[in-house]
Amino acid sequence: MTPEQLTEVEMITVVIDGFEVTVPKGTLVIRAAEKLGIQIPRFCDHPLLSPAGACRQCLVDIEINGRAFPKPQASCTIPVENNMIVKTQLTSPVADKAQKGIMELLLINHPLDCPVCDKGGECPLQNQAMSNGRPESRYEGVKRTFDKPISISSQVLLDRERCVLCARCTRFSDEIAGDPFITLNERGALQQVGIYESDPFESYYSGNTVQICPVGALTGASYRFRARPFDLVSVDSACEHCASGCAMRTDIRRGKTLRRLAGEDASVNEEWNCDKGRWAFKYLSSRERVATPMIRGADGELHEASWPEAIAAAAAGLKGKRAGVLVGGRATLEDAYGYSKFARVALGTNDIDFRSRPHSAEETSFLASVAVNATTTYKDIDKADQVVLLGFEPEDESPIVFLRIFKQVKKRGLVVTSDAPFASRGSTKLKAKLITSISDVTGLTEKSVVIVGERLSETAGALSAAVELVNKSGAKLAWIPRRAGERGALEAGAIANLLPGGRPISETSARVDIQTAWSVPALPITPGRTTNEILEALNLVSDDVSALDAVVIGGLDPADISSQALSQLLNSFVVSLEISHSSVTAIADVVLPVAAVVEKSGTFLDWEGRSRAFDKGITDALTRSDVRILSMIADELGAPIELPTVSATRREIAAVGKWDGAKAEFTKITLTSKSPTGDKLNLSSWRQLLDLGSLQLGEANLAGTSRKAAAHISSSRAEKLGVTYGQEVRISSELGSIKLPVVISQMSDDTIWVPRNSQGSQVIASLGFVSGQVTVVKA
Amino acid sequence: MDNPLTPRSNDKGLAAAAKANAPIENQEAGSFFKQLLGFWVTFVTQFKKPNTVQYPEGKVPTEERFHGRHQLNRYDDGLEKCIGCELCAWACPADAILVEGANNTEEERFSPGERYGKVYQINYLRCIFCGLCIEACPTRALTMTNEYELADSSRSKLIFEKEDLLAPLRAGMLQPPHPMQDGKTHTDYYLGNIKGGSNA
Ligand code: SF4
Ligand code: SF4
Ligand code: SF4
Ligand code: SF4
Ligand code: FES
Repeated sequence: MTPEQLTEVEMITVVIDGFEVTVPKGTLVIRAAEKLGIQIPRFCDHPLLSPAGACRQCLVDIEINGRAFPKPQASCTIPVENNMIVKTQLTSPVADKAQKGIMELLLINHPLDCPVCDKGGECPLQNQAMSNGRPESRYEGVKRTFDKPISISSQVLLDRERCVLCARCTRFSDEIAGDPFITLNERGALQQVGIYESDPFESYYSGNTVQICPVGALTGASYRFRARPFDLVSVDSACEHCASGCAMRTDIRRGKTLRRLAGEDASVNEEWNCDKGRWAFKYLSSRERVATPMIRGADGELHEASWPEAIAAAAAGLKGKRAGVLVGGRATLEDAYGYSKFARVALGTNDIDFRSRPHSAEETSFLASVAVNATTTYKDIDKADQVVLLGFEPEDESPIVFLRIFKQVKKRGLVVTSDAPFASRGSTKLKAKLITSISDVTGLTEKSVVIVGERLSETAGALSAAVELVNKSGAKLAWIPRRAGERGALEAGAIANLLPGGRPISETSARVDIQTAWSVPALPITPGRTTNEILEALNLVSDDVSALDAVVIGGLDPADISSQALSQLLNSFVVSLEISHSSVTAIADVVLPVAAVVEKSGTFLDWEGRSRAFDKGITDALTRSDVRILSMIADELGAPIELPTVSATRREIAAVGKWDGAKAEFTKITLTSKSPTGDKLNLSSWRQLLDLGSLQLGEANLAGTSRKAAAHISSSRAEKLGVTYGQEVRISSELGSIKLPVVISQMSDDTIWVPRNSQGSQVIASLGFVSGQVTVVKA
Repeated sequence: MDNPLTPRSNDKGLAAAAKANAPIENQEAGSFFKQLLGFWVTFVTQFKKPNTVQYPEGKVPTEERFHGRHQLNRYDDGLEKCIGCELCAWACPADAILVEGANNTEEERFSPGERYGKVYQINYLRCIFCGLCIEACPTRALTMTNEYELADSSRSKLIFEKEDLLAPLRAGMLQPPHPMQDGKTHTDYYLGNIKGGSNA
């Protein structure tokens, strides 16, 4: 709390168990007691949810101004007041007896399930029954039973017998996620959590209910019966799935990741995360993992090789060649720094790019001039008077950003404006005002936040228009890419026009900084190229002056860039640093296995640029981080980059520091809106949170909660096409087509929206582009 | 209070001990016969039944409650009693037990109820035969047999897997996976209302 806030808030002093404590007005008694280190037992109370007073476990004796309440009161619902004297179970026999009574009541219908219950060993009910319950049961009747367990979704199972009706799950779904798909039904002994018949519990945040359920009533299907807390080694980690930057806890049993939970970070993800971060980790132990280095032999097949052989082969193939580097969007800051230094020092080129998605030269300039070293944070969203979403669908592309915006929408009616083509579920929850053109944004002030997603680069001139908007109004700008590594890679200079720390490559003093830090006589100054241009150069005949002969590729999927990207790699020498076999390793000349997130230490920078450093989880993993491998290749090439470990790299990054000079000038281009020609439609798409992403492979339970792929069109367009809700249309380009059922939304007649990478709807692979015009007919 | 270390005057034991330990002085005549007397016990024992067991040719049964090798028990129809709860592993002071649970399905049922022990190992290089695991087991799945011949030629052979520990199938028992008896629920199993073999 800042000093000014402190003076604003009235402070109140209460006496709890004979100790005085001073807390801000409005603090609940249970929190004030916590401050003194007095633990009042509780089930329904959760600091981030509204008070419910549902379980009655937190009863205490309260006296105000000398007048005592006739009965013990729920301390989780009563705010402190002046002259309040509270006696908890520690000093009041009445409160103690009341708590024991509540516990006895709760246990009457609670099954003796501990041995088969996943919560066993980390269960607040077990613990508090021991600390605040009767030692012996007096109940001799027959317990109420329910069928167990029932699936609330493919991922969440509910055992109604174990539920203590605390309403944490329903309050979370309603208040935090805005997905009130579960409620408490019935009354009395039959009261139970249930789903609405028509709406399945398809929330992107359902995993949080499992984490906050104080008993084993809600359990996750993928962790079911897998381990006990004493088997697990828990490590703090960071999420590798998106740029929201969730703090995470990873639970490992005998070298295998069994569970991931949301970590606590009040300024980022509070205590929540999304289901992808929680449940998509099977790729770590997938059978497709690359186990050893491999070299393509004369027979055209990959053969296992030793590390020295593979490093030598990679170096031999790169030596003296014109080579580029494609980093991929998931590298850690340290790895991206390694790629950046490797390109400049070992390969002598600026041909490096971290973008493995549709992008543009306009974006390259935007990143170097605006996005790098930007300082907008979650706090700015909390304080904003308006949030404008451009080319950015928060619920799908950065779910925790969505939660933060939603929190403010709920709390104080924050105004949200979005350029999405139709009101998605996320936009509906945010009550977003939809606009069709960036020029329609109104009412921006210095307190507004304009969020720009990576997809804005797909419309020529849109980024320029967004920058214009911000410059005119003084609003804050945030660039929120989808992948976890992009912000870090940008700061590490893994892009053509920047050196580490956001130093413009065109700036002599910036280059001198880095030259000195790296102790190299010179850095390449020929302007580097974007991912698309690098791929094109790889495809040129080798006597062309701008051709490239070789490429070093980190974790990326060419199908994310364009439909021809993979074929463009075919004629070059390809070194692939990968965790799993992929379309790139299938054509690579040298494949070097690298460590996945839990096997290495590193840092992600979330969209704010905030550091999310994490340590090695599986300490005896033999895999190595990309930067270590690049360092070995550089040594072999005779141009060492001196980054033998992640910690050495961290030190060097810290020493190099940030650029404090002016950023390069942003090259603007004008926005031209194109209306479709003839009876074609403008294609619009984004990736849904749960889709065919490569890090979600093998997660059947998770995939079960993904939203069904459907094409959204307007009602008059549907009429024209002669289709109704649920009927299929065929969407085609010159390259191919996809067939999807339609959903009718309020949107422009000229636009059709489809999910970009979902089951049955892989836009880049099937249609060849993401923004363009398509023919739509009834299928 | 008295110093407990100072001998009390009436402590006859101490006095006797002091006497017995006194160095032998002035051996009397005839002490040779006294020494011969000492061989009496040896002599008489020759005519007693020997205690020696010619192990391994001959074996004597252990006491009934001897803590020997563990066994994972079954219900009468062959379903396993173990529910993979890991309580035994939790109780074990020597960290000798490893359990991994898994989900029973209607198609593949190993035990009544939702959960069964998929991986079950006891490491006899670690086990100290204390029996705490037996006390912890909520289903009486784990008990100890009287088998004590637990020696082998390699370390890995002394890590017993589930199939080494499971009780043999008796008459009427069917090798799981198979369904519960018709019309019975897991409660009937736990309450011991299962008689007779499997009807799967
Ligand atoms: S399922 Fe869990 S979180 Fe939900 S009401 Fe029951 S006990 Fe509370
Ligand atoms: S919101 Fe993003 S960072 Fe957080 S858990 Fe989900 S994917 Fe991971
Ligand atoms: S007998 Fe004792 S030492 Fe041996 S497995 Fe059981 S609990 Fe562990
Ligand atoms: S043997 Fe008993 S205590 Fe051990 S896992 Fe099986 S049921 Fe649980
Ligand atoms: S914690 Fe106070 S009523 Fe539940």
